[in-house]
Amino acid sequence: MTALREAALSALVALGLFAPIVGLRTVPGEGGLALAPQPGLVGVLVGLVFFGRLGVHLRDRLRPAPGRAAVRPRLAATTARLGAWLAPALIALALIWPALVGRYYVDLAILVLTYVMLGWGLNIVVGLAGLLDLGYVAFYAVGAYAYALIAQFTGLGFWTCLPMAGLLAALWGVTLGFPVLRLRGDYLAIVTLAFGEIIRVVLLNWVSLTGGPNGISGIPRPTLFGLRFGGDEPGSFAGFFHLTSSPMQRIVFLYYVILGLAFFTNLVSLRLRRLPLGRAWEALREDEIACRSLGINITRTKLTAFAVGALFGGFAGAFFATRQGFVSPESFTFMESATVLAIVVLGGLGSQLGVALAAIVMIGGAELFREFADYRMLVFGLALVVMMVLRPRGLVSTRTPSVALGTPRMIGADMVAQGRG
Amino acid sequence: MAYALQQLINGVTLGMIYGLIAVGYTMVYGIIGMINFAHGDVFMIGAFVSLVSLLGLAALGVSAVPLALGLTLLGAVAISALYGWAIERLAYRPLRGSFRLAPLISAIGMSIALENYVQVVQGARVKPLAPVVPGGLTLMTEGSFAVQLGWMQVVIVVVTLAVLALFTWLVTKTPLGRAMRACEQDLKMAALLGIDTDRTISLTFVIGAALAAVAGLLFLLYYGSIDFFVGFIAGVKAFTAAVLGGVGSLPGAVLGGLLIGLIETIWSAYFSVQYKDVAAFSILAVALIFMPTGLLGRADVEKV
Repeated sequence: MTALREAALSALVALGLFAPIVGLRTVPGEGGLALAPQPGLVGVLVGLVFFGRLGVHLRDRLRPAPGRAAVRPRLAATTARLGAWLAPALIALALIWPALVGRYYVDLAILVLTYVMLGWGLNIVVGLAGLLDLGYVAFYAVGAYAYALIAQFTGLGFWTCLPMAGLLAALWGVTLGFPVLRLRGDYLAIVTLAFGEIIRVVLLNWVSLTGGPNGISGIPRPTLFGLRFGGDEPGSFAGFFHLTSSPMQRIVFLYYVILGLAFFTNLVSLRLRRLPLGRAWEALREDEIACRSLGINITRTKLTAFAVGALFGGFAGAFFATRQGFVSPESFTFMESATVLAIVVLGGLGSQLGVALAAIVMIGGAELFREFADYRMLVFGLALVVMMVLRPRGLVSTRTPSVALGTPRMIGADMVAQGRG
Repeated sequence: MAYALQQLINGVTLGMIYGLIAVGYTMVYGIIGMINFAHGDVFMIGAFVSLVSLLGLAALGVSAVPLALGLTLLGAVAISALYGWAIERLAYRPLRGSFRLAPLISAIGMSIALENYVQVVQGARVKPLAPVVPGGLTLMTEGSFAVQLGWMQVVIVVVTLAVLALFTWLVTKTPLGRAMRACEQDLKMAALLGIDTDRTISLTFVIGAALAAVAGLLFLLYYGSIDFFVGFIAGVKAFTAAVLGGVGSLPGAVLGGLLIGLIETIWSAYFSVQYKDVAAFSILAVALIFMPTGLLGRADVEKV
């Protein structure tokens, strides 16, 4: 009976929420906007809420309290075993991917890998050091524009510009990191967000340098030890190896470039995690005050996290620029930051494998269901909320410190809820 | 001189709107110490409900402007308050006591979800609305430049002041306000003394959302056009206002709002319109770094 009453109440609230916004769609009409009622849709949504609430209630009754403990030891062990062979399997699959599938899927994989790399880069800042950065796209943009502009003005190639783009982005990371060192988590988030927006607005309005909304086009493509792709004269890839030129060659090459960059990111973050620096990051994430009391240099720790994260963002940006051959401020909106953050959070802040899987599911999934593109960010946003409520440590959560005194213990959602996480 | 006076009028009008939103940020931050990232989007929802309501009332033949505005105000406040309540209940309450970043990430998710929800159901286009309160008063003329005080601006200032007066009364004189101030000082102690903290926090969100809805209606009337993204920029600016005034301080939020409104208007008038958002964001960064307690805030003591 209580279940029914609560479900009815929820449905009533849902009716209030949805009736004006969903139920009355504003459409262009004669002399201004007109309203188009959509009672059916509201009915469906309210019905969903009603039965959803009823379902939750029934589940709670059938399976009382222990059901809430999300990470049970057995499940965690299974995940760990799964992870042990899943990672090598994924790497092997990634290495032979272009041989298995057609052009569309290689292109898609390039996109996914770009996000995997961005995710791993942001993971250093958010997952390891626990600094919530909502303006990560700024470094991506700096990398992309750095490559585009350096190539435009000096004529240098991709491989020369790549480190420069990364370093420039890292420099921006430090420049941003320095003033925000003293800020607490929430403030930091909003300042980084503001920084991301400032970069975008500047790119949009500094027309003489960046071309404004038109962006920069004609960005040179990467070469393989000086061999160009496209055409079959002696200086090109196809000409050198006496092959017939095909656009596929460049796509496969780009695929391996981003795969290499992503592996590099992964390798560096895995190594850094074991260095004193990486351990300081993880300690900082767990408790800043304790860190400071133990004599860890907070300034240096935070700045390096920002710089390393920004470095990989810059690399990814340079790759993005060379892959597209075109950059414009359109590509660097807040939604991009939000997407990368969603990947990191869903992957389980700090878990490398989790981030890769989350990127595959979210970016690959969103690409495959193109017709629902409008719903993509809606789903991402809701996923962030649901994730925080149900599994705050991520889907593939192995957010244990890399080095620990004694045996590490698995912490379940129930303990997190008690504030012991 | 006349030009400056005009900018002053416009700036104060805009600042009033920011101040109303900023109060919501500052209240929530004061009580549970989190930035309610979705607050700007509740403001956007308020603007959309107002738009739908105004169009609906016009279609029903309610032609008296004060009546239509009054009904719209009530409707927008009620629906947005419901949104505020639902957001707190679904996205924040289950996370109380979770790890540090959890509520913030959840709030960002909520914000993204709300923006895209409105985009999906209402469309991505900018929604125009014909001026509801046209006309105004010419205060002075200097050469060919006339200083205008629109009736709309008068309405905005009057409504804001009335709402803020009501709100001040609520916080300082009622039992609910006392509970809210107690929770702000010490949540645990308030709970020990028998205050229903969950209820108080819920009501804080409801009140904040109601104020944001008023701001949404005023924003819609002032600019005559909205889209699903207005909450993002306005939200960041209102947050800047809250920081500038001192997070946790209610008069500070209004003062900060006025300052941000003035700075933005004057910046657009004398420097560059394109960079007006940059100006606001830079103020946020500078204020946080050099003046973290704001103008009227008190220092945050970190206890271990």
